[in-house]
Amino acid sequence: MSGAAGWDRELDLKGEVCPYTFVKTKLALEEMETGQVLRVILDYPESVESVPRSARGEGHRVLGVIQLNDSDWAVLIRKV
Amino acid sequence: MPVNVYIPRSFLPPDRPSVVQVEAGDLAQLLGHLGRRFPPFGAVLRKPNALPAGLVRVWVNAHPIDGAAIATTTLRSGDEVSILPSVAGGAGFDEEQIRRYSRHIILPEVGGKGQQRLLASRVLVLGAGGLGSPVALYLAAAGVGTLGIVDFDSVEVSNLQRQIIHRTSGIGQPKPLSAAAAVADLNPDVRVVPYVLRLASDNALDIIRDYDVVVDASDNFPTRYLANDACVLAGKPLIHGSIYRFDGQATVFLPGAGCYRCLFPSPPPPGSVPSCAEAGVLGVLPGIIGTIQAAETIKVLLGIGETLAGRLLVFDALAMEFREVRLRRNPACPVCGDNPTVRELIDYEGFCGLPSLAGDHAHTRGDGR
Repeated sequence: MSGAAGWDRELDLKGEVCPYTFVKTKLALEEMETGQVLRVILDYPESVESVPRSARGEGHRVLGVIQLNDSDWAVLIRKV
Repeated sequence: MPVNVYIPRSFLPPDRPSVVQVEAGDLAQLLGHLGRRFPPFGAVLRKPNALPAGLVRVWVNAHPIDGAAIATTTLRSGDEVSILPSVAGGAGFDEEQIRRYSRHIILPEVGGKGQQRLLASRVLVLGAGGLGSPVALYLAAAGVGTLGIVDFDSVEVSNLQRQIIHRTSGIGQPKPLSAAAAVADLNPDVRVVPYVLRLASDNALDIIRDYDVVVDASDNFPTRYLANDACVLAGKPLIHGSIYRFDGQATVFLPGAGCYRCLFPSPPPPGSVPSCAEAGVLGVLPGIIGTIQAAETIKVLLGIGETLAGRLLVFDALAMEFREVRLRRNPACPVCGDNPTVRELIDYEGFCGLPSLAGDHAHTRGDGR
């Protein structure tokens, strides 16, 4: 999945580092309904690896990891 | 100049009225005073930009005072100040809490919801000694929102070999107050309710009623049996721990699933059991057993994992060996059996004595501290 549409909530975590990128992602997912999609914006390279991995570890579906520009990435997660 | 201040009850000790009289000449002075006097409220005030960002709103005689004006607003005798933090009743975490509890929130078994549950939980710790020290410290670190701490003793230098919540500078202080100071320093999210008293038949049920879980970190049989019977009568989970020399025990009694009297129906006769003052205790031992009690308390509060319910964990520090034996509810138990004979609380006489040679109380533990 790519493009600007197709998510229910966006979380801008630019400037945030591990493990808080995942902690905040997890808290956002907890507040969402099953089946909804969260778009997380990250600029911390390690988090681009770890957030999708941890989200999968909790049973959620990672729909995509997209590079937005030189520094920013978007991770799309569907809550399971 | 005395002014009347209204702040939400959740920031105050339970026995306080929600109106507080404070001497203050201006609002800034008043807020500083309240923050020091009521640590949970102080924690809110210390949040980044609490006042400019409107996380804390202030009214004087029903007129709203905005962030910048707070520093310049003077107060007169009889003024009414109302303070309402935006976090009151809110379900979210602030930035500091996200960081403080991040290692819990990350755990699938805890998460944000579990952490909120801990923050809303109330645990009563009976004894602020060797066992109660790690129990209170770990529960406070975990963010258990309310900790009741019961102890009648004051801190003595001989306690400090094992009672790690207390400090040399606290010698002479009542233990619940020394413990409360340590907890306030560790985690401002936790409210301590200190009970400087001996648990007795006429106060036990009243105190226990307010809590979700009771931790028996006591060092004597009168308290141990009182705590057990009160928890059975009140239907509260009891997290048991006891220590003696190099030996420790821990278990969990859940309502309806057996109790301490199923194991030992009545206290041993006076004189048959040594206290740790006479027998000694390895200082680290209560750290191990108390930490197990803290872990079991958190599991019971969160409803996760397999607790020690139905199992007595037996620890030997010299052999560094854990064993466990099965426990089951005794239908003939005097308090939780089918035909209970203990229907009200009993004040057993405190005693301490030397071990008998008969050896028939090899199971008894003397001093928990």
